[in-house]
Amino acid sequence: MSFLLREVLLEPRRILDLEADGYSQLIPQARSSQLLASLALRLEEECLLSRVPKSVRRHLDSSLVLHEKQKHDLNYDCGNIGRALDSIGERLVLLKGGAYLQAGLPVGRGRLISDIDIIVPGNRIDAAESALKQFGWKNSQLNDYDERYYRRWMHEIPPLYHSRRSTTLDLHHTILPPTADADVDADLLFEELMEVRPGVYTLSWKDMVIHSATHLFHEGEFHHGLRDLWDLDRMLRDFPDRDPSFWEGLAIRGEQLGLSGPLYHGLNYARQVFATPVPEPVMAQVSSRSRMLRQPIMDFLFLRAFRPCQPECRLPLTDLALNGLYVRAHYLRMPLYLLLPHLARKAWIGWFPGETVAGEGAQGEKA
Amino acid sequence: MHRVSQLPAKELADRLRLGRFQLRVGPYVYRLQSQLPQVIRGIEALYRDFPLAEPRSFTDYNIGIGHGGLAGRLRRKVEFRFEHQNPFPTIPIGQAFAFLEWGMNWCVSIHANEYLKLHAAAVARDGSAIIMPGVPGAGKSTLCAGLGLRGWRVLSDEHALVPPGTTSVIPLCRPVSLKNDSIALIKSFDSAAILGPTSEQTHKGTVAHMKADLTDDSHDISPIPARIMLFPKYARDEPQGLYPRSKTQSFILAAYHSFNFSLLGEVGFAAMRALIDGVSCYDLVYRDLDWAIQNVGELHDRDGRP
Repeated sequence: MSFLLREVLLEPRRILDLEADGYSQLIPQARSSQLLASLALRLEEECLLSRVPKSVRRHLDSSLVLHEKQKHDLNYDCGNIGRALDSIGERLVLLKGGAYLQAGLPVGRGRLISDIDIIVPGNRIDAAESALKQFGWKNSQLNDYDERYYRRWMHEIPPLYHSRRSTTLDLHHTILPPTADADVDADLLFEELMEVRPGVYTLSWKDMVIHSATHLFHEGEFHHGLRDLWDLDRMLRDFPDRDPSFWEGLAIRGEQLGLSGPLYHGLNYARQVFATPVPEPVMAQVSSRSRMLRQPIMDFLFLRAFRPCQPECRLPLTDLALNGLYVRAHYLRMPLYLLLPHLARKAWIGWFPGETVAGEGAQGEKA
Repeated sequence: MHRVSQLPAKELADRLRLGRFQLRVGPYVYRLQSQLPQVIRGIEALYRDFPLAEPRSFTDYNIGIGHGGLAGRLRRKVEFRFEHQNPFPTIPIGQAFAFLEWGMNWCVSIHANEYLKLHAAAVARDGSAIIMPGVPGAGKSTLCAGLGLRGWRVLSDEHALVPPGTTSVIPLCRPVSLKNDSIALIKSFDSAAILGPTSEQTHKGTVAHMKADLTDDSHDISPIPARIMLFPKYARDEPQGLYPRSKTQSFILAAYHSFNFSLLGEVGFAAMRALIDGVSCYDLVYRDLDWAIQNVGELHDRDGRP
């Protein structure tokens, strides 16, 4: 049960003792966790990339090619999206990976992205969607069920894609589904935006962390779980230097947004998995009696999810934990009277895939 | 160096079942896990002369093919696994061997950006290579198989790997994929052709693979300089012919047939320019395989020398 990736990310010099079979575990662990380019740049930071054997090094270099290309394309797409939003007087606000890359932050070093996430105020969502369509973005073809599901119950509209460039764009109007227990006042997020490049905005330092944690702990599928936790670690090590009131204000901000729960879990698991330095008083501020009581069951679930899906990393009962997390995510997202019919339908579709429209598997993952 | 054929049948099956079967394919090492009988048969037939990787070699691509649990078994479906994950939907068990071959191609197609990768067959004679890009159905595999059966060295049926800044091809010899009518055509062209398991009703129709490592140096991985780029087109109703093609047009079409031209950005552009500068380019329209092989041979005698 060797979780080599964690060891190397934390202590890059560890690669100096690795032999071929060690690398045969490390590379798949990093690649399947979407962390191959992050690993490459982590090694480069420590001047160790050149110490990696050539046959292994080419996999790291290959992922850096993809990373560079994504940064380049993101720049181009942001220009296009920015002009579309500007035509209706809205700003381009990036979330998650796109924000990390455009802001040039350490958390963006090697960060691979699969789509671009942006947010506009709730009452501007229709205007934004039509403006984007003028600039070449199109709706993906979903079946009626998934289309209704997104429009009615989600915090984003169905993914848009660019008709010529095949980039996927997720247009959000808030950061949690309206059906979720926590009721987030998205207006608060817009009050503290930062302009990281001319015409390109991100959430504030604290909000970026809170959003990342919220996203992670409401997610039902954990292919990227470890990568998202690595994001949190990188941010928590970097942001206190950028914002002197970061630690002091983080818990208060979490409280204000009604997202102390996910913030607590984010800080806690970043500490457990990546030894992220979180000051004790901050932990005390975000923890609560009920969170402490639930800790053992949460540990059972999440410490399994935050591992690469390679056999040597798996703890016993991993499938049970991942299934549990899938149901938990849906439970957090919607009340039971909506959840049970939805899961029943998804299970049915899982067993009889022929009855769905083509492409649903790829497009409708979130639903 | 040990070859697959040196393993006793039981040892081969055991290594495959346990996922300890490590194959050298061009510059890469694949580790394969499977206990499907048609996969074992296909490996025995088509990969018998491939080198085994030394124990404890670094694995580039860890793959598997099999039923993913009881549900897959009941529905007679198989899944392809890459690093223990399933990048594709399951497919019917009868197509397992073709699925394995596609999966092995995919490993190189989406990784391996150390090369400019063209979707092309490549063959060589007397140490000089011809790159043959083509859309599926253009007849590049059939021509490649025919040339292989007439003594040419097959460098690849699918990927021409070009180190940026060079005009050379890195050999990545694997079985040649034959589709539909090509299967019977190649069988009647040369009765000595060795074909693996046939997969029916795939998205490309009927598919079978031909053993293509037929020369002594098939598994050598030194780069081979290319001097010709040929765009083959199989056409029943057009006059056969070999026509020179402009470099500009060839650049555009080769870029279109590349897996990572755009991903490589400026490096890709410079690499493609260096390659196109160093080769002479032709269109080949053919319907008769013997005619095509003879003309490719004459072209190679003329343009394939330094």
